[in-house]
Amino acid sequence: MSARTLEAGAAGHGAEPRGKRTEAGEATYLIAIAEALWEEMERDERVFLLGEDIGVYGGAFKVTEGFLERFGPERVMDTPIAEETITGIAIGAAMEGFRPVAEFQYADFMSSGFDMITTALGRYHYRSGVPLPVVLRGPSGGGVRASSFHSFNPEPWFAHSPGLKVICPAFPTDAKGLLKSAIRDDNPVIFLEHKWIYRRIKEVVPEDPDFLVPIGRARVVREGSDVSIVSYGMLVHWALEAAEQLEGRGISAEIVDLRTIQPLDTETVLRSVEKTSRVLVLYESHRFLGVGAEVAAQIAEEAFEHLDAPVMRLAPPNVPIPFSPTLEDAYLPQVPDIVAAVERLAAW
Amino acid sequence: MSAPETTDDGFPTLRCLAPDGTPVGDVEVGLDEEGLRALLRWMILARRLDRECMALQRQGELTVYPPFEGQEAAQVGSAAALGPRDMVFPSFRELAAAIVRGVDAVEYLQYHRGTWHGGPYDPLATGFAPICVPVATQLVHAVGWALGAKLDGSDACALAYFGDGAASEGDFHEAANLAAVFRAPVILFCQNNGWAISVPSRAQFAAPIAARAPGYGMPGVRVDGNDVLAVYRATRQAVERARAGDGPSLIEALTYRIGPHTTADDPTRYRDEAEVERWRALDPIVRYRRFLEAVGVADAGFAAACEAEAEAWVGTVRAELVALGAPPASEVFDHVFAEPPATLRRQREEALGGA
Ligand SMILES: Cc1ncc(C[n+]2csc(CCOP(=O)(O)OP(=O)(O)O)c2C)c(N)n1
Ligand SMILES: [Mg+2]
Repeated sequence: MSARTLEAGAAGHGAEPRGKRTEAGEATYLIAIAEALWEEMERDERVFLLGEDIGVYGGAFKVTEGFLERFGPERVMDTPIAEETITGIAIGAAMEGFRPVAEFQYADFMSSGFDMITTALGRYHYRSGVPLPVVLRGPSGGGVRASSFHSFNPEPWFAHSPGLKVICPAFPTDAKGLLKSAIRDDNPVIFLEHKWIYRRIKEVVPEDPDFLVPIGRARVVREGSDVSIVSYGMLVHWALEAAEQLEGRGISAEIVDLRTIQPLDTETVLRSVEKTSRVLVLYESHRFLGVGAEVAAQIAEEAFEHLDAPVMRLAPPNVPIPFSPTLEDAYLPQVPDIVAAVERLAAW
Repeated sequence: MSAPETTDDGFPTLRCLAPDGTPVGDVEVGLDEEGLRALLRWMILARRLDRECMALQRQGELTVYPPFEGQEAAQVGSAAALGPRDMVFPSFRELAAAIVRGVDAVEYLQYHRGTWHGGPYDPLATGFAPICVPVATQLVHAVGWALGAKLDGSDACALAYFGDGAASEGDFHEAANLAAVFRAPVILFCQNNGWAISVPSRAQFAAPIAARAPGYGMPGVRVDGNDVLAVYRATRQAVERARAGDGPSLIEALTYRIGPHTTADDPTRYRDEAEVERWRALDPIVRYRRFLEAVGVADAGFAAACEAEAEAWVGTVRAELVALGAPPASEVFDHVFAEPPATLRRQREEALGGA
């Protein structure tokens, strides 16, 4: 299977990540992210990486494989296990003029640096006027049977904290372009990579080193006319699968991929809702006060007169993500759940 | 002994037995012959179980498993020094300590089978807190438990296991300082197994972990972690200190993770096979068995009987484990709160109807 060869390819030693594309020039999401890091490090020597096991090991998911050989231990810093300090070091180094990119082994462990991220990093510019070009990146999300300690979606925490931008890309091209934008941005950015997508989704990704995707813009990834599905991350792919099934049942679903959570591109969402008049907000953070709660509220406030049905939400309950596969499936909205929700909306 | 680089530092390492099993210090640790034999039995049972878990993972019966081979003496020697009312706060690699404490192996392994969030053994009844994945957080819980025991006027103590990697987290420093300031009856027990995933000890700290202790105001002892008697003695002293109201202790056991970090890891990517072989030669079970047989506390038949017992036992563990079915999907809403509040009840009703 191609997925297998790709995983093996990504695990090859030493080569620059672009060399790990398929023969057709396709890059997985993981390789696209590695390319973004590599290119920005080539472009700007003030960019450096720090994190746990990112050097010799190449990171828990092998995103930084080969980076140590190319950029050396001063720009690919293996740190002791200390998330609070990894974040704090990034703050200090950014003040001194560097552009640190810190890897969290899992986005779950961003909570071990929570105070430093939300209180210090997020508020630094507000308190001092000093810009902090810091990127904190890490694998987030579920669907891979990795237990409640390795599957979390922390995006609402950080989207709720003033001063932080939050990015949750769903496609390799967006991941690459957005990560490059994040590294060039003068504000702190939380860049959440979805581990379910890493090796599953691949596409031809631009090779131009100045290819960027702007932060804060959603994208319509599938045109449709009956119902809008607003989502981000892994669930965009599940929504695409649901949309195919719905097509067969005569329902045309439009899918809006938010791409960036903070700042939220309300315009693109509203334009889609105006077109379809029915909207499902589908998100992976907990339903109560999760990302979709804000999206639904904005639609209700701004597009009430365009709606033919109440805004509907589909999201996991407010329980820890379970380890058991059966329970994880019950926790995450599944493709049939998406299909059923859209059918309900369409029939409203 | 071929030791990790952190031992070229002049800091003393407590040892009772040389790697070949000959006594090099006081081997009188306060255990009778049965107690001495029990340490060997636990180590043999633990290793056999650990290897079975590796096999179970390879066969798809466990999702992921962090093996402890090589660390049997560090875990068995320390856990055996505790009393029934003491409380252990493990990280995620302490299955050997768990079985010594009387935790049911099948219940424990439900975490690694992915049928439960933490293993459904009762932490309070077994004196063994749930597996702790967020590195070093358990240290602080142990200090809190110890403070509670002290306030209760109990003479119980807490023991927290943590790795060399965990010693870099702020939680370690905060736990150690608070424990000393409050004279909490707690033992901070570090298994320095040479590696935090791919990062060797020398890249994590510039001075021995045990040497930090005086800075916090507590005794720090470094022991040969492959010497079960030395580990037992050091832990025993720390326990007695805690019970006497003299506060916390820090123990650093020098040992080695023979296997991968977890079944998802390939250690050949970052470490030398020669290093692993050096440590294999320092095997804690072989060393202790030679000692017991030399002093006549156990004969070859004893070890053989333990191995036979281990074989039969892991067979039962395996059978019970693979028979465990998946929990019903409705369980996704359970256990989050002692009493589910309205938000969750509503979500449950929407998802499951009245079920
Ligand atoms: C707060 C936190 N950060 C990172 C991780 C990922 N992680 C799991 S185990 C580990 C290494 C732990 O090393 P050590 O403390 O030496 O224990 P050992 O694995 O050697 O038993 C890391 C980095 C984690 N679980 N928790
Ligand atoms: Mg270790």
